[in-house]
Amino acid sequence: MVIGIVGYGAYVPKYRITIDEIAKVWGQDAQALRKGLLVEEKSVPAMDEDTITISVEAARNALLRAGIDPIKIGALYIGSESHPYAVKSSGTIVAQALGLSTNLMVADFEFACKAGTAAMQCCYGLVKAGEIEYGLAIGADTSQGRPGDALEYTAGAGGAAYIIGKDPLAELEGTFSYTTDTTDFWRRDGEKYPSHGARFSGQPGYFTHVLSASKGLMEKLSLKVEDFDYVVLHMPNGKFPTNACKLLGFPLEKLETSLVVKRMGNCYSGSSPVGLSAVLDVAKPGNRILMTSYGSGAGSDSFSFLVTDKILERQNKAPTTENYISKKENIDYGNYVKFRGKLKL
Amino acid sequence: MRRVAVIGAGYTKFGEHWNKSLRQLSTEAGALALEDAKLEGKDIQALYIGNMSSGHFIGQEHVAALAADQSGLTPIPATRVEAACASSALAFRQAVLSIMSGKHDIVIAAGAEKMTDITGASALSTLMGAGDQEWESSIGLTFAGLYALMAQRHMKDYGTTREQMAMVSVNNHKNGSLNPLAQHPFEITVEKVLNSSLIADPLRLLDCSPITDGAAAVVLVSEELAKRFENPIWVLGSGQASDTLALHNRNSMTEMLSTKVAAKIAYGEAKLKPENIDVVEVHDCFSINEIIAIEDLGFCEKGQGGKFVEDNKIARDGERPVNTTGGLKSIGHPVGATGIRQIIDIVKQLRGTYGSLQINGAKTGLALNIGGSGATAAVHILGREY
Amino acid sequence: MPYKSSVPLFWRLKDAKYSLVGTKCITCNQVFFPPADFCPQCRRKGKIEKFQFSGNGEVVSYTVIRVAPEGFEKYVPYVVAIIQLDEGTRISGQIIGDINKVEIEKRVKSVFRRITEDNDQGLIHYGIKFEIVD
Repeated sequence: MVIGIVGYGAYVPKYRITIDEIAKVWGQDAQALRKGLLVEEKSVPAMDEDTITISVEAARNALLRAGIDPIKIGALYIGSESHPYAVKSSGTIVAQALGLSTNLMVADFEFACKAGTAAMQCCYGLVKAGEIEYGLAIGADTSQGRPGDALEYTAGAGGAAYIIGKDPLAELEGTFSYTTDTTDFWRRDGEKYPSHGARFSGQPGYFTHVLSASKGLMEKLSLKVEDFDYVVLHMPNGKFPTNACKLLGFPLEKLETSLVVKRMGNCYSGSSPVGLSAVLDVAKPGNRILMTSYGSGAGSDSFSFLVTDKILERQNKAPTTENYISKKENIDYGNYVKFRGKLKL
Repeated sequence: MRRVAVIGAGYTKFGEHWNKSLRQLSTEAGALALEDAKLEGKDIQALYIGNMSSGHFIGQEHVAALAADQSGLTPIPATRVEAACASSALAFRQAVLSIMSGKHDIVIAAGAEKMTDITGASALSTLMGAGDQEWESSIGLTFAGLYALMAQRHMKDYGTTREQMAMVSVNNHKNGSLNPLAQHPFEITVEKVLNSSLIADPLRLLDCSPITDGAAAVVLVSEELAKRFENPIWVLGSGQASDTLALHNRNSMTEMLSTKVAAKIAYGEAKLKPENIDVVEVHDCFSINEIIAIEDLGFCEKGQGGKFVEDNKIARDGERPVNTTGGLKSIGHPVGATGIRQIIDIVKQLRGTYGSLQINGAKTGLALNIGGSGATAAVHILGREY
Repeated sequence: MPYKSSVPLFWRLKDAKYSLVGTKCITCNQVFFPPADFCPQCRRKGKIEKFQFSGNGEVVSYTVIRVAPEGFEKYVPYVVAIIQLDEGTRISGQIIGDINKVEIEKRVKSVFRRITEDNDQGLIHYGIKFEIVD
């Protein structure tokens, strides 16, 4: 049985704040930041948006593309580090809004920015085992950066949803994970903003895991760099995935389509999932896509997807990722802190 | 069936009464009405009191018992009547029915509301209890918002203007400046209204009636007893009607079917037509509602209410004097008390002894009290003779 | 106001509030939103079934709320409108986006958003708002 992505969908909130707007307030060098991060602006959720609302919109798009009856979905996993409740599943609310069956396995996932891809792995496993017909995996976040901190420039909002099952528009050829106990970025319970190890997040964090997982995947499936048409890597900024892409030996053109971070920032658990949806929007049958996520703490999940001819009839059944990224409205820092609830009321 | 007459009436000053509680205000109104009637408490056989939301405003339910208790009227039957801002017109109607039926001969009908013990935002939320809790209040609507939705549609469908709505407030304030019991007894200008801050587009602060504390009471008697009193004012017609609770379920955004049904009944009972009415009280909770009321009551064609106001026909010396003592806008709107207060102002006009507030020659009067955004309407027509 | 933190009160309404699931009287074909258990036309003879609204509709009237009730203060100014749903009934709802772009008769579609919260400890209320369709 060929298993993979049956339907996919993204959602990105429409408000944006530029690097320049933030740098102005904190007296930092906007030009240097833009060059160093390879990010222009990031997405900002409206006050009435959160991980749950983003998940619902993304999942509705995925259902439109999949064309399946929602009650056939047997599992729903949402990965995020900004679940609206600390205790109360986001998945149940999303399931209610989507009209899913009550015969449903649900749990909320957390693993920094790779919780969404972990959800995909679980759905894949359950479908492969014949336990469920379809699984819905979502990676979505509205994470925050501490005001004035480097992460404030890139912490954005967005998400993407994947329905895993048979008759896919992209076959999931295999998956490989690389996981260690590496504390490069963390947030204690009750704290509003995360802390991080600055430069330590680079080599011991991001690069070790992304490279190891990607290489491990290619080895597992006996694939080479040349076998892939597109690369999707976790995007904490534009610099890291660009460098990782080079280190893996991929030409940069193969990364370009997925590099959504430039215009929307890092939506954490939604980062590589949204990058993947941007690729699927334009992919052709026979294309092969490598996706490797990264979650601080740390771990990477790597996947290979082989696009089938079913993509042609499903791609245009819902708004594209580009549609959400380009439909934007810029705001200033005052409105940004009001929207993000950074003002203590 | 027996006729009913009003032989005593009085209302407290309306305003922010930091020093007076609900029980103090109701007792005060009752005393004013009894004094006016030259009756004693022991003469009263039943009490009907309108009150919208004392539970939320002051944490007190069982308000009729409280009023009877504090006024020393126990053990008479005491009943609270609630229909949002139409509570006390309905209390009046219940009192009328109790006398018409022969059950009682002398009854007090009152209304009272104490709104200022909680914050403004809480008061706004409480007032939304008059709308549809599940489908209007829950999505962030306010009462100004509901009437603004009606105003927007009225402007689109009939070309009613912001200036015409502002003139309603100006007219009512002009009258209210003569009323010592009014919360805001001063004149305003159209310009002031148009420059006041937006509450819910297009309604501005000065299009909206205020939050007020106040109470009002009348004494009603049967036909036989009325002949013993000096200047009985007769209840010629009493109409009441209901409509959908939520504005979005109404057939029209620009008229109140409940008003039209209630008015038809009242005019029918009184054997009168709109052109026979000398003095009018309408429910100007928001300026647009006075325009809609003028149309619904048949004083002009549908859609012509704005022009009616603009042509000054509602002025003291106009074709149809409306809200001649200030209306809800200038006098204030303690929601449960307004219905009775309107009836009292009609009664006092018809008695012919209203001093500087008097509209000369007034022989018949009509009071329209609305609940919520039009889910309840009560129309009472009174006259010097029947 | 204690009912504002009521768990059952909001739980009962989630089908309707999250997904615009109403009812239809299949005896006379009238659709209802909010869901009605009782058809005023057919009364006890009416047979009622669930009905899924599309979320598409048109603006009948709208206003901009600038003085908000409790729980909505941070959203001011926001648009509230009466929407005529394509299937034939009307609903009140907020319209998101630029408040200056709203006009009577514009087409809208539904979106899933946070409506309000019962303070920092209480429930989060989700529901439907509307977006102007260009």
